[in-house]
Amino acid sequence: MAGTLAEKVWADHVVRRGENGEPDLLYIDLQLLHEVTSPQAFDGLRQEGRLPRRIDQTIATEDHNTPTIDIDKPIADITSRTQIDTLRRNAEEFGVRIHSLGDKDQGIVHVVGPQLGLTMPGITVVCGDSHTSTHGAFGALAFGIGTSEVEHVLATQTLPLTPFKTMAITVTGTLKPGVTAKDVILAVIAKIGTGGGAGFVLEYRGEAIRSLSMEGRMTICNMSIEAGARAGMIAPDETTFEYVKGRPHAPQGQDWEDAVEYWKTLRTDDDATFDSEVFIDADELEPFVTWGTNPGQGLPLSASVPAPEDFTDDSARNAAERALEYMDLVPGTPLKDIKVDTIFMGSCTNGRIEDLRAFASVLEGHTKHPDVRVLVVPGSARVRLQAEQEGLDSIFLGFGAEWRQAGCSMCLGMNPDQLAPGERAASTSNRNFEGRQGKGGRTHLVSPVVAAATAVRGTLSSPSDLQPVA
Amino acid sequence: MEAFTTHTGIGVPLRRSNVDTDQIIPAVYLKRVTKTGFDDGLFNAWRTNDPEFVLNQPAYAKGSVLVAGHDFGTGSSREHAVWALRDYGFKAVLSSRFAEIFRGNAGKQGLVAGILSQDDLEQLWKILEENPGTEVTVDLENRQAHAGDATFRFEVDDYTRWRLMEGLDDIGLTMRHEQAITDFEATRPSWMPKTLPARTADSL
Ligand code: SF4
Repeated sequence: MAGTLAEKVWADHVVRRGENGEPDLLYIDLQLLHEVTSPQAFDGLRQEGRLPRRIDQTIATEDHNTPTIDIDKPIADITSRTQIDTLRRNAEEFGVRIHSLGDKDQGIVHVVGPQLGLTMPGITVVCGDSHTSTHGAFGALAFGIGTSEVEHVLATQTLPLTPFKTMAITVTGTLKPGVTAKDVILAVIAKIGTGGGAGFVLEYRGEAIRSLSMEGRMTICNMSIEAGARAGMIAPDETTFEYVKGRPHAPQGQDWEDAVEYWKTLRTDDDATFDSEVFIDADELEPFVTWGTNPGQGLPLSASVPAPEDFTDDSARNAAERALEYMDLVPGTPLKDIKVDTIFMGSCTNGRIEDLRAFASVLEGHTKHPDVRVLVVPGSARVRLQAEQEGLDSIFLGFGAEWRQAGCSMCLGMNPDQLAPGERAASTSNRNFEGRQGKGGRTHLVSPVVAAATAVRGTLSSPSDLQPVA
Repeated sequence: MEAFTTHTGIGVPLRRSNVDTDQIIPAVYLKRVTKTGFDDGLFNAWRTNDPEFVLNQPAYAKGSVLVAGHDFGTGSSREHAVWALRDYGFKAVLSSRFAEIFRGNAGKQGLVAGILSQDDLEQLWKILEENPGTEVTVDLENRQAHAGDATFRFEVDDYTRWRLMEGLDDIGLTMRHEQAITDFEATRPSWMPKTLPARTADSL
């Protein structure tokens, strides 16, 4: 029977079909753990006298709480330290592999999995973190789960789940220079809304998606959750195989041949149908930026701050009103006139090496606007090393940016990297919720190149607003 | 998990849509390693900064049935959002749409997440606002909520309803199928990812 990519991966993981309205029991190939959503899961195991079923399909790293400076000193914040110590103790007690602060493979879970070659096409991946959707860029079925489910997967390596619906997001045409994967996904979310993907696995298709690098594809799948979707997927192709090949945990020899042969079958059949379809024309896209307090409240950078009256729907109007008040924005202000205080370059959305390269390429030859602070936080310690090998760190430092250690950092401000009340940021992360980056902080979500241009000009800007470097 | 059949308690009208889990419980409260005691984090920013916020009004402060706007529980997967609601004393949340992960988490913790139509939601809000302190009865067996003279039908899928009513633990249920899991594992291809023995770029 014809099937979509998501349906094929699902079907290949069903341990037991649910009967009479029961969910299916789905096998989980890989579970990623971090310090925030795992302590209570390990505690649950301990209370029930259960052991993890497959420690060889489990890996942990420290990311949400970790400081990005002075990492060789004890963590100052006691509660952060407790959480990290708890993860270390749990990993040791249960024999789970862990990459701790200071280790070259420490970093944001969603950067670490792909970097080690553990994330592969056609597998199921879970993590107690909603941005697990990132791994769908490889054609994996990857989704975030709650702590009870983390415990469930630890104990059984399965999850009871009801099949998701499928939605195709077809992006035709070619992206203009300066328009990136981040702009595509912000445009998708603005189009379908923060609840538009609810109940669906999104499959991104079309030539504009095909032409993206793995990093770009990860950026897109990463933010599927911001459209309410459980997961995002992209069918694997040569770009995917090329990326996985030779990584530490990539299959080797005959295993590699067998894997690729199977991976090539992982595409939506021509005669398969989706429950819903959305089309986006890449040629029409511009750099995108959010003005409000949810990721769906975004507009092209050339637009102006909207007025609540622009929204016909009651709840959208109320939401806009609240958002404008929180963001302290006046309707009609050109977005490019908005002054920012902080640039945050990092997160699991845009903290990979290619993102840092894009950011550096726009900065090069320019000087930082005197009123902004710029924080560059690599997604993993290995990304940091690679950036230093490529000399990107000297570009950042020469520009006047701070070059930090790896972690989630200001994406959610669980460590000391936070916005002060009223402070405004252009951020390459994924959430502009009230207080997300620090109590009272204001966030505009942008791509790395827009973040860079904004760091030069001090107001939200695209690279095309910069004077050419002589 | 305690079995749930019906619950009666004060209804709290939360007239906001798109309440994400960062609003339900801010990230600073996520640093704890326990599973209880999150009540102080619930809606913390609103409870501390907005005297008008519904839970700051004495009539609603002891509420146990939250009636929230469209797209409740979006954003972060943090189960702490459910723990915070539960620890505060909420037994049920009614809304016209929930974020999936939130709904899943709620089901696992015995918190009923019932879906009402938008019209019913508006009506229920009106009842609760006109008579602050009105009690709502959530009848899971019949999937009905009663407030004053009105009755509203809400949706909860059959499986979740059964589990909540029986108070069943998910892991225990799954372990009944352990043989099926073992059989499945025997069929997995050898190229599937293995985290152990550990390899890194330096060990290549
Ligand atoms: S970088 Fe941000 S979104 Fe990504 S895992 Fe960390 S906190 Fe979550």
